[in-house]
Amino acid sequence: MTQINRLQTGGRIDRSKPLAFRFDGKSYQGYQGDTLASALLANGVDVVGRSFKYSRPRGIMAAGADEPNAVLQLGATEATQIPNVRATQQAVYDGLEAQPTNGWPNVNLDAMGFVGRWFGRFMPPGFYYKTFMYPQSLWMFYEKHIRRAAGLGRSPRAPDADQYDHINQHADVLVVGAGPAGLGAALAAARTGARVILADEQEELGGSLLDSAAQIDGEAASVWVTRVLNELADCENVQLLPRSTVNGYHDHNFLTIHERRADHLGDRAPDGMTRQRLHRLRARWVVLATGAHERPLVYGNNDVPGCFVAAALSTYLRRYAVAPGHSLVVSTANDYGYRAAFDWQDAGHEVVALVDSRANPQGAWQDEARKRGLRLITGAAVTDVRGSKRVKAAAIVPLNEDGTQATGSLQWLTCDTVATSGGWSPAVHLSCHTGARPQWRDDIIGFVPGKSREQMLTAGAVAGSYSLTDCLKEGVAAGLKAATDAGFSGADVPVPTVSELAETAPMALFAVPHPKPSSRAPKQFVDYQNDVTAAGIELATREGFESIEHVKRYTAMGFGTDQGKLGNINGMAIAARSLGQTIPETGTTVFRPNYTPVTFGAIAGRHCRDLFEPKRFTAMQPWHEQHGAEFENVGQWKRPWYYPKPGESMQEALNRECLATRESVGILDASTLGKIDIQGKDAREFIGRIYSNAWAKLAPGKCRYGLMCGEDGMVFDDGVTSCLGENHFLMTTTTGGAAGVLEWLELYHQTEWPELEVYFNSVTDHWATMGVAGPNSRKLLAELIEDIDLDGEAFRFMDWRQGTICGVPCRVFRISFTGELQYEINVPAHYGLYIWERLFEHGEKYNLTPYGTETMHILRAEKGFIIAGQDTDGSVHPYDLGMGWAVGENKPFSFIGRRGMKREDCVRPNRKQFVGLKTKDPNIVLPEGVHAVADPNQPKPMAMLGHVTSSYYSAFLGRSIALGFIKGGHERMGDTVYYPLEDGRVVEAEICSTIFLDPKGERQNV
Amino acid sequence: MFYIYCPYCEEYREEEEFHPKGEAHIARPEDPDNCTDEEWGDYLFFRKNPRGVHHELWVHAAGCRKFFNVTRDTQSYRIYESYKIGEQPSVSA
Repeated sequence: MTQINRLQTGGRIDRSKPLAFRFDGKSYQGYQGDTLASALLANGVDVVGRSFKYSRPRGIMAAGADEPNAVLQLGATEATQIPNVRATQQAVYDGLEAQPTNGWPNVNLDAMGFVGRWFGRFMPPGFYYKTFMYPQSLWMFYEKHIRRAAGLGRSPRAPDADQYDHINQHADVLVVGAGPAGLGAALAAARTGARVILADEQEELGGSLLDSAAQIDGEAASVWVTRVLNELADCENVQLLPRSTVNGYHDHNFLTIHERRADHLGDRAPDGMTRQRLHRLRARWVVLATGAHERPLVYGNNDVPGCFVAAALSTYLRRYAVAPGHSLVVSTANDYGYRAAFDWQDAGHEVVALVDSRANPQGAWQDEARKRGLRLITGAAVTDVRGSKRVKAAAIVPLNEDGTQATGSLQWLTCDTVATSGGWSPAVHLSCHTGARPQWRDDIIGFVPGKSREQMLTAGAVAGSYSLTDCLKEGVAAGLKAATDAGFSGADVPVPTVSELAETAPMALFAVPHPKPSSRAPKQFVDYQNDVTAAGIELATREGFESIEHVKRYTAMGFGTDQGKLGNINGMAIAARSLGQTIPETGTTVFRPNYTPVTFGAIAGRHCRDLFEPKRFTAMQPWHEQHGAEFENVGQWKRPWYYPKPGESMQEALNRECLATRESVGILDASTLGKIDIQGKDAREFIGRIYSNAWAKLAPGKCRYGLMCGEDGMVFDDGVTSCLGENHFLMTTTTGGAAGVLEWLELYHQTEWPELEVYFNSVTDHWATMGVAGPNSRKLLAELIEDIDLDGEAFRFMDWRQGTICGVPCRVFRISFTGELQYEINVPAHYGLYIWERLFEHGEKYNLTPYGTETMHILRAEKGFIIAGQDTDGSVHPYDLGMGWAVGENKPFSFIGRRGMKREDCVRPNRKQFVGLKTKDPNIVLPEGVHAVADPNQPKPMAMLGHVTSSYYSAFLGRSIALGFIKGGHERMGDTVYYPLEDGRVVEAEICSTIFLDPKGERQNV
Repeated sequence: MFYIYCPYCEEYREEEEFHPKGEAHIARPEDPDNCTDEEWGDYLFFRKNPRGVHHELWVHAAGCRKFFNVTRDTQSYRIYESYKIGEQPSVSA
């Protein structure tokens, strides 16, 4: 197919660089500089999609972010699929593959179109909900099929092959939009020396000047654009960002910019280049020069391909050298629509009529139209269109003075293209993100940005100033003001002189009246993407939806990927008319981020796959990997979970690890436990206030277990703290609680007790920690540690010693989380792997066995030791745990938790208490989380007594063991409770002591 | 995302470096053991949650680790001031 609609001359495309692309299975050719939309129009492609609800054929209407119909699926491979790309914002590249997002089997022959055509009048707003609401259980089934019929792109099924990234930026002045106002602002700010970022969503910077016929400083507008951009490009303080949409305006002038770096280059980004980048920008001042979107008029069958917004036609003609048709009818309520007629005529095509709804417009544009010999019809507007896949004729109707009534009959004009202009709607979106309510201005018939609390200025069309002179003037002024407020000055920026035709006042016309009422008239579309019609909006108001926010949700107006950029104001005007209100009374819905859709790739950036979250490894990680460890995530840490031998199941490995530890010696990498170094003359006093138990008498060389509670009296962390010197302690915390505990200590020191002299520092990563446990642990360590007397009398349980192991300085803590004779060896982390390997060299004869977190859990559960966060959940105080011995009732200071655990609810009887549980059948391991009941035959919902928090199979005891909570459990030893399981089984268990093994502690006190 | 001035670092930093810690100026009672349950419950659980000016405790968690106070409008998100622990706000509702 040839480019039948391409003009021979003009435009900003490069005719020497043809590009081949495919759409809906057919091959086409475009030129370098084309958007996908301009290339499709150049090739005479009228139908690019089917509508959401009625499946009507739809063509390209607009030329920018406001395009509602040409929303396509891109990608040559599964990995490069991108849904919902606006063809108007996608550059053509060689080999581009595009598909329509709906229409089956294709957009020209669509099966659903039949339904929409014949049954469309039976599909009012809420049709799907009203029709398919019964039976409710089937909605999920209906929904699947309704959604498939509607379509709108699909996500890729293969991982994205490209890379995306984020960049954090600061700017003195961010200018959003590179049209006349934006360029003026950027130039003015740049000349002061301020750091300026100029971002624009289009392929080229220049905005409306790229298709303008105006002269600036005596030259074509595009020449002025080039001159300004050259100057800006030479400024070291300026960053130009084309293809970069400012998508979100957040608190304190934080903005996100979605830069498409490689989307115009090919299906994949070139090697070494990220496809898209998200700029996270903190700007001192923001100048919004986002321009305006032209509103089409609302008229019958206004969705037939060939109907355009007027300004888009000018863009296609002048910027892309495409005339998407041959005979044009323009219908306008202002002077702006005239430009499309002039440009069309300049391209050598027929203007059938230029229809102006104003009764008697007199001004420069009308004079020019007469001079050009155009057929100017006033006091009328287009009200209906004939054709299905392309306009064949348009009907105009005379209107009364205020455009509220058709005063005559239809006059049909043969044409293939209709362009309309109802005026401009400033692109207030970003200002809305800051919470500023748009404000209606009668003089320009549009909403402008309301007053923002951010450091924000507006310039040009977004502020309701549409003449080129005003845009340039306001741009320069805003750029200077922003730079000056940011502390810069000294720029000399004369405002360029412009020759342009003077404007006469526009008329407020949104929906063109039809001789029939809108419920009988042909469909008049307001929101094309969601198939919302004028009649639908009127029905919504009749059904009682009076708030514009409710009308929006009932009709789905403004919900598509275009977010109502084209239709919202028209819809509000129709709702206002129907409600008998003014537009400002009806108000506007607000826009939220993002301005246009952002890919998940850009949102994720590099925070995906291996870089999704930091991983923390201990010094012994290489050894764990070499020895086949399975790993468990504990916070960001990767901890060995268990070490299966070839062919071993998990339970077999756990049994072996547990037995080896209890019978000879095992070793655990405990490096991940949080370690906080605490120093200062008041360190001891401070620790005593933080922990529930007593610390006053802990001598250097001694260790003590402590419980940490909140002010509510509930346990939130635990660990052993050792006295390193009179004013020096080492606190250990749970692996997951380390950061939170440090912040907790700082909170109380800084806000409550700043008079205490105490300092904290995290030393978790400084030390590698190895727990060596089992009856042979002493013998093994004696071979390696030269200068510590390990004798049971000299180095007692809960002592620590400084020494040397294999020539490496070490701290050895004789503490036990297994109930066995156990030593925790701490060496500087970079010696960790070396010492670990020495231990295994010497440990072989004792069958030294590495064990992971799961065996650690079993061994501690056999002894009834809690794990904070597993056996506690923020509702458990020390007495509930049976750990009243760890509460220092006689401490003089009211430590954190003491008052809390004396609250009425904390001292009542029948609280849930921590107990051991033995199943009657020793082979059944209770699932963790199951709830106990007294009588499994009681009616549901059953009265629950408490739940299981820890449950394992103990190879050493030859039976299952469990820990959990039972109401009043401490007084119920020996009672039987029942655990109804999900699968219907009921497990019987006996309440027992939490200590299943060696209640007297004889194994560790040797 | 907020832009927060740390009064200890004497610089504006991104919100990501900070943790919010709730309402500021909640002093721990001098003598907890002689508080009634109601007084202790007020200290533990009851917070103002105003619409408008609010004094908040923040910590420069990924920075200097210092706690400080912020006067912030909970409706507009405007931050009026940051001030050190022990100081009083200059802006109040």
